[in-house]
Amino acid sequence: MLFKLAWKSLMARRVSVLLTVLMMTVSIFVLLSVETIRYQAKDSFTKTVSEVDLIVGARTGQVNLLLYSVFHIGVPTNNISWQSYQEIASRPAVAWTIPISLGDSHQGYRVVGTSTDFFEFFRFGNKQSLQFQHGNTFGTAFDAVVGSEVARQLGYQVGDAVILSHGIASTSFSQHDDKPFNITGILAPTGTPVDQSVYVSLQGIEAIHANWQGGVKIPGAAKPDLENLQPEAITAFMLGLNSRIQTFNLQRQINEYPQEPLQAILPGATLMSLWSMLSSVEQILLLIASLVLLGALIGMANMLLVSMRERRHELSVLRALGYRPGFLFALLQIEALLISFVAAVAAFISLQLSMYGLKDWLLQEYGVLLTRLSILNEFMFMLPIVLLASFVVALIPAIAAYRQGLHQQLNL
Amino acid sequence: MNNQLAIQIDNCQFRYQSDSDKALLQIAHWQVEKAETVFVYGPSGSGKSTLLNLLAGILLPQQGTIMLDGVILNQLSHRKRDAYRAQHIGMVFQRFNLIPYLSVGDNIKLASHFSQHDKQQLQQRSLELMDALQLEGRLLERPASQLSVGQQQRVAIVRALINQPALLIVDEPTSALDSDARDSFIDLLLSQVKAAQTTLVFVSHDRGLSQHFSSQLDIQSFVIAGEPYAV
Repeated sequence: MLFKLAWKSLMARRVSVLLTVLMMTVSIFVLLSVETIRYQAKDSFTKTVSEVDLIVGARTGQVNLLLYSVFHIGVPTNNISWQSYQEIASRPAVAWTIPISLGDSHQGYRVVGTSTDFFEFFRFGNKQSLQFQHGNTFGTAFDAVVGSEVARQLGYQVGDAVILSHGIASTSFSQHDDKPFNITGILAPTGTPVDQSVYVSLQGIEAIHANWQGGVKIPGAAKPDLENLQPEAITAFMLGLNSRIQTFNLQRQINEYPQEPLQAILPGATLMSLWSMLSSVEQILLLIASLVLLGALIGMANMLLVSMRERRHELSVLRALGYRPGFLFALLQIEALLISFVAAVAAFISLQLSMYGLKDWLLQEYGVLLTRLSILNEFMFMLPIVLLASFVVALIPAIAAYRQGLHQQLNL
Repeated sequence: MNNQLAIQIDNCQFRYQSDSDKALLQIAHWQVEKAETVFVYGPSGSGKSTLLNLLAGILLPQQGTIMLDGVILNQLSHRKRDAYRAQHIGMVFQRFNLIPYLSVGDNIKLASHFSQHDKQQLQQRSLELMDALQLEGRLLERPASQLSVGQQQRVAIVRALINQPALLIVDEPTSALDSDARDSFIDLLLSQVKAAQTTLVFVSHDRGLSQHFSSQLDIQSFVIAGEPYAV
């Protein structure tokens, strides 16, 4: 009876109720979006690299090493020698390595010197491997593979020539224009910094710097012998182990490496500690979304409170029939909960639909890869909170109805 | 106890808290026999509705006792008083008796919700009452807001009588009706009350109606302190 009465009463005031539902829907949509973005951002951030057991570089801060080796942010402080790299890579515990050599750029995008092992062993997200959208990996020293964002922004296709710039500024005066690279492959979008990088071989990096000294071109020098080019140093490398158990052992050995000062970090743990530094932004987003919801709840409470005036007769009739003031309290609460519930479900459905609808567009336009499409978990987490908040705020009209029931006379 | 009075009020005093120096109603003694039909009259603002609210257990006297069928109403808890009203008292107001967005049937169910009888008996009883009050059964499905005022008032009687209350309290039910409708309304009301042996307290400012009832009460006799007033 209570539920039926609440429902019919809402339907009888459907215009103002609909507007209130709409207001609540918008605010819950915002809250649910923020919650989803929080999850997605954290998820895709902490899964920028996966399956990499250690990242090795010159001794610097843990976060710093992670920033320049994975996110290509900041400047590497020092290199590690080719000998050290070779020595560690050849240890029996090590399954594979990916060398990283930084320092050049192309139109503001970082150029990464690496080996073809990168395309074979690098994993991101849920152990996903890199896929080629077009073309293939590099074969010769002057081949390049570009990330999806680079290709999209600069309109590159397989076969195009790119000229690298010395240094990492977006406008560089030193161009490696004597040795253009040929694009052999374009990677599929990943939603990670890989999309915004240009990959060339270590030989290529060596070759374009072969005739340089102190950052300047030496004109008229002899052509380098491409086959026998061997780098003297690289910036960092990632490695995977045959067995995870050896991780800490090897990390300690690298950190105490006698020939030169090296440092090995666990990418997962360092990503988490970096994320916790960024989390104040998500806290603020969540706070704003919660305030928006609070505003909508107060609007709903106000709508119910105002409706009490036009429902004076109705409440009086119920009292005359023997319904207790507690019934009126429950009636108002159920109306509030119905509004909140319908709004929450509407917000859930519309966000879920827009995620499916905008998935491709987000990836194309913003390089945002939705790692998980279902927001059911977020919804199930949010729903009780929204309903509880609705109950608390609806105490205002519900208590008013209770008091009105207690004191109002039946004379109309 | 079959011989109990339907209403017995003793040494009762009621005042609104705001003007506490002066009692609004002072009833030394008032009693109503079972199945009696009482016509209560007086000008508006004279305390008629206050009396009805006291009888319904909505207002409580500061002093004295209000006894209905042997039950001292003003000594029951809130919960029991509300339950007593649901089971034993039927009420019909001047207007706005029905909840407009509910159907006629649902409006009646609002009252029969408290009944001990099963659904089928109640359905049967509401159809009988509808018929007796010259309402077509098909109206049950209609929203109350689509009925004429006269129909609404008759539905209100059906609802007030559905739980077979001992006491029916009716407050100016005919003020929104024209004179023809008024007379037929009162005839229908009284025939139902008589059939069910229900005690009726009928309040109006229109003394022209008094001839229909078995006794009369001038509310103003309660306003003056002192003299006991027996009917």
